[in-house]
Amino acid sequence: MFIETPLVQKKKRTEAAAKIVFMLMTILMILPLLLILAYLLYKAFPILSLDFFITNPKNGMRAGGIWAPFLGTMYLVVISLLISAPIGVLAAVYLNEYAGDNWFTRIINLAVVNLAGVPSIVHALFGLGAFVLFAGMGRSILAASLTLAIMTLPVIIASTKESLAAVPRAFREACWNVGATRWQTIRHIVLPNSISGILTGVILQVSRTAGETAPVMFTGVVFFKKISEGDIFAYNLFDQCMALSMHLFTISTQVPDVPKALPYGTAVVLLGTVLLVNALSITLRVYLRARKKW
Amino acid sequence: MANQRRLGNLSEPIIEGLIRLCGISAILFVIGIFFFVFREGSGFLFSKLNLKEFLTSIEWYPDSPSNKRYGVLALMAGTASVTVLAMMIAVPFGLGAAIFISEFCSRRARETFKIVIELLAAIPSVVWGFIGLTVMNPIIIDLFKAPIGLNVLNGGIILALMSVPIIVSIGEDALKAVPDSYREASLALGATRWQMIYRVLLPAAKNGLLAAALLGVGRGIGETIAVLMATGHAVQIPHSILDPVRTLTATIAAELGETPVRSDHYQVLFIIGILLFSITFVVNLVADLVVKGIRGK
Amino acid sequence: MKNIKFTLRVSALMAVGAFLLQMGCAKKSEDGGTPAEKVSIQNQGSDTMVNLAQAWAEAYSSVDSAVSVEVSGGGSGTGVAALINGTVDIANSSRKLEEGERAKAQQNTGKEPKEYMVGYDALAIFVHKDNPLNEITLEQLAAIYSADGNVTKWSQLGVQNAGCANDEIIRISRQNNSGTYHYFREAILGKGHDFRLGSVDMNGSKDVVDLVSKTPCAIGYSGMGYATHDVKVLHVAKKAGDPYVAPSIESTLDHTYPIARPLFMYTLGEPTGHVQHYLDWIHSDAGQQIVKESGYVPLPKDGSLEHATPANE
Repeated sequence: MFIETPLVQKKKRTEAAAKIVFMLMTILMILPLLLILAYLLYKAFPILSLDFFITNPKNGMRAGGIWAPFLGTMYLVVISLLISAPIGVLAAVYLNEYAGDNWFTRIINLAVVNLAGVPSIVHALFGLGAFVLFAGMGRSILAASLTLAIMTLPVIIASTKESLAAVPRAFREACWNVGATRWQTIRHIVLPNSISGILTGVILQVSRTAGETAPVMFTGVVFFKKISEGDIFAYNLFDQCMALSMHLFTISTQVPDVPKALPYGTAVVLLGTVLLVNALSITLRVYLRARKKW
Repeated sequence: MANQRRLGNLSEPIIEGLIRLCGISAILFVIGIFFFVFREGSGFLFSKLNLKEFLTSIEWYPDSPSNKRYGVLALMAGTASVTVLAMMIAVPFGLGAAIFISEFCSRRARETFKIVIELLAAIPSVVWGFIGLTVMNPIIIDLFKAPIGLNVLNGGIILALMSVPIIVSIGEDALKAVPDSYREASLALGATRWQMIYRVLLPAAKNGLLAAALLGVGRGIGETIAVLMATGHAVQIPHSILDPVRTLTATIAAELGETPVRSDHYQVLFIIGILLFSITFVVNLVADLVVKGIRGK
Repeated sequence: MKNIKFTLRVSALMAVGAFLLQMGCAKKSEDGGTPAEKVSIQNQGSDTMVNLAQAWAEAYSSVDSAVSVEVSGGGSGTGVAALINGTVDIANSSRKLEEGERAKAQQNTGKEPKEYMVGYDALAIFVHKDNPLNEITLEQLAAIYSADGNVTKWSQLGVQNAGCANDEIIRISRQNNSGTYHYFREAILGKGHDFRLGSVDMNGSKDVVDLVSKTPCAIGYSGMGYATHDVKVLHVAKKAGDPYVAPSIESTLDHTYPIARPLFMYTLGEPTGHVQHYLDWIHSDAGQQIVKESGYVPLPKDGSLEHATPANE
């Protein structure tokens, strides 16, 4: 061993200091998440029960539960998923399996990046101009879902593309060598092998959709609508619906005399749904990745 | 068997056509967004709008009974002030966290942190807005003796927390892209880890980190509901971070629902949409070019 | 590998199934012939009235379970805009339809908008609980809010607002195009006058009350129904020397409270069927009772509406 010179000691000190500073920064960033979760949960605790989920808002939205907005959010999520998942997956297949390395592909990639960067309120303007007015759908679940689908498309494209790219080229070559066409290869080898990444993207899309407010405000979500409790087919495509995110916005900004626990409860359910779905996506990813044999 | 093959042959072109169509869908949608937003706003943009007043006046009186004026300077100042403050908080913290996670953590800790950051990114903006409105507002009044707690500071902090995840994850990618041989070489020369980061890693990952910050800016400019709830929504050029302001996005969200379709006010809101679309388009484009820059090397 | 294929198939099947169900539901309601089918009434507009409209909608579902009333707020402008575009059955407005709007609606839809007065609302002015101010005149309000007003400090109103460190009056207002904003501008600032920029423009009346209750420097206004115990409601006089009056049902009906206004619902042309039943019910005792319970002022007893009971007469 050698004796540490002052220079080495100083080096060590800066190193330790740097590590601590960076660690503090990370912790300061994550701490709010935990504090906020704990605080919201604490405030919402008195109201959270099964009843809260299955009763409609009552008494001028000052009592009751969140059935109508909760179901509305589910509708928006499912329908926008049915639209964006096939388009997004096929678009990623095109980008990864068909597109050559040329200017056109670069433009597509740029478009995907920009689509992801368009502010949500501009998506709302687009939804209003294109679906509600131009296509004549009116304010409806369909128009809102289409708007959400386009907004979340980049999420699905990006994650699908990544997982398609992770499938080794040798798999494809082996398949082509036995005479399979390109589509047969994709259908039977590439897609099944990248299903974990695709599902992850799809699930992320769900969580993004569930939380959005701005794009649905003008395209199909209402302040209040009474639907029959417990009937999961209470809405149809051309109805307007309530949504959890919008409901949280209205009861925290517009309705007077709301008991404090109600908006907190709604926030916790919204946040809980989103985080749960995310956790599901992460677990699935870890599990499926662990099973990969290459 | 033969039958099935014929069917396969027939359906294959259809499926491939569909795939190609979906492939270019992103382009179609971006053009579509621009087209429809432009279409709704263009009538007023080319006929009546005084572009100079629009960009340089703070007078936002879209429904004045005597003299309607459409100046968005104060709204742009609002967006800029909140975004700048948010970035002043989020960029150092985000990049610091990215460095910590990619350089100082064990593999296991890194995976855990990344998951937490993913979760942080998933919190809906209306929940952030709700936090700004109910939790931060009284805290800011107490702490800073501010006359009102809904202001640039509130919006900036909320926005910083919202944009940190994207900065961390892109920044971490950028650091990961620096070859390990760089690290090994500098450590072998006797540099400490901090020297290695400061002298070797940061210059090498410069572009990626810049792109991370730019994407954060894009996110900040485009955020709507959270800033609508947290910034106080007052049309004015802020003189301090304790002044309430109003952003471009919040103005559209608050006023669009109430304007008759195709009225002047309605069209001006779409023109603000065009403005927002253009700003974020440029920011994203630059970020993308900067990222391409590192790949090219 | 098998397993993955299986999951893929199952999820695809589920997706298709869900989609078909959706389509099935949509189809069913389109031909809408069956008697059990829900009828929806689109009701949109005034933010002042949105809670009232919501309370009506909720109560009406037990009167006629076949009808579902969809309520959205956003402001009187929204309702009127929707009426002009022909996309609502009933528009709520806390101001009278302007002539231009009336003409536009007729031109767009070919139908004359029909007006229903459904109640009154008094505009309450409030400040933080700890603010020593108790009363205010309309002139003072104009000087605080108007573009050509000059009152920016609490001391200019002659009060020492201890909770407010820098003495600055924080003006809380509503976003333009809300009926409340329009009415305040017309009744207090006067015709042709504008608000001074820099007021904190909240999205909903509830926001205003909440914010005032948390902000010692603030002054705000909204419909009387929104006032809570957390804020102090000011007594208002037309001008200095006049009696200061608190907003209430009585002071609204006898016109001693200076800032009160009627609330309207509009339909395109003569309403029929469910919409007509709904409006009739709103004018009935049951409907007017809800007006009172929601903190608004029910219609007075007069010739056309003799079953409406004014409170505490």
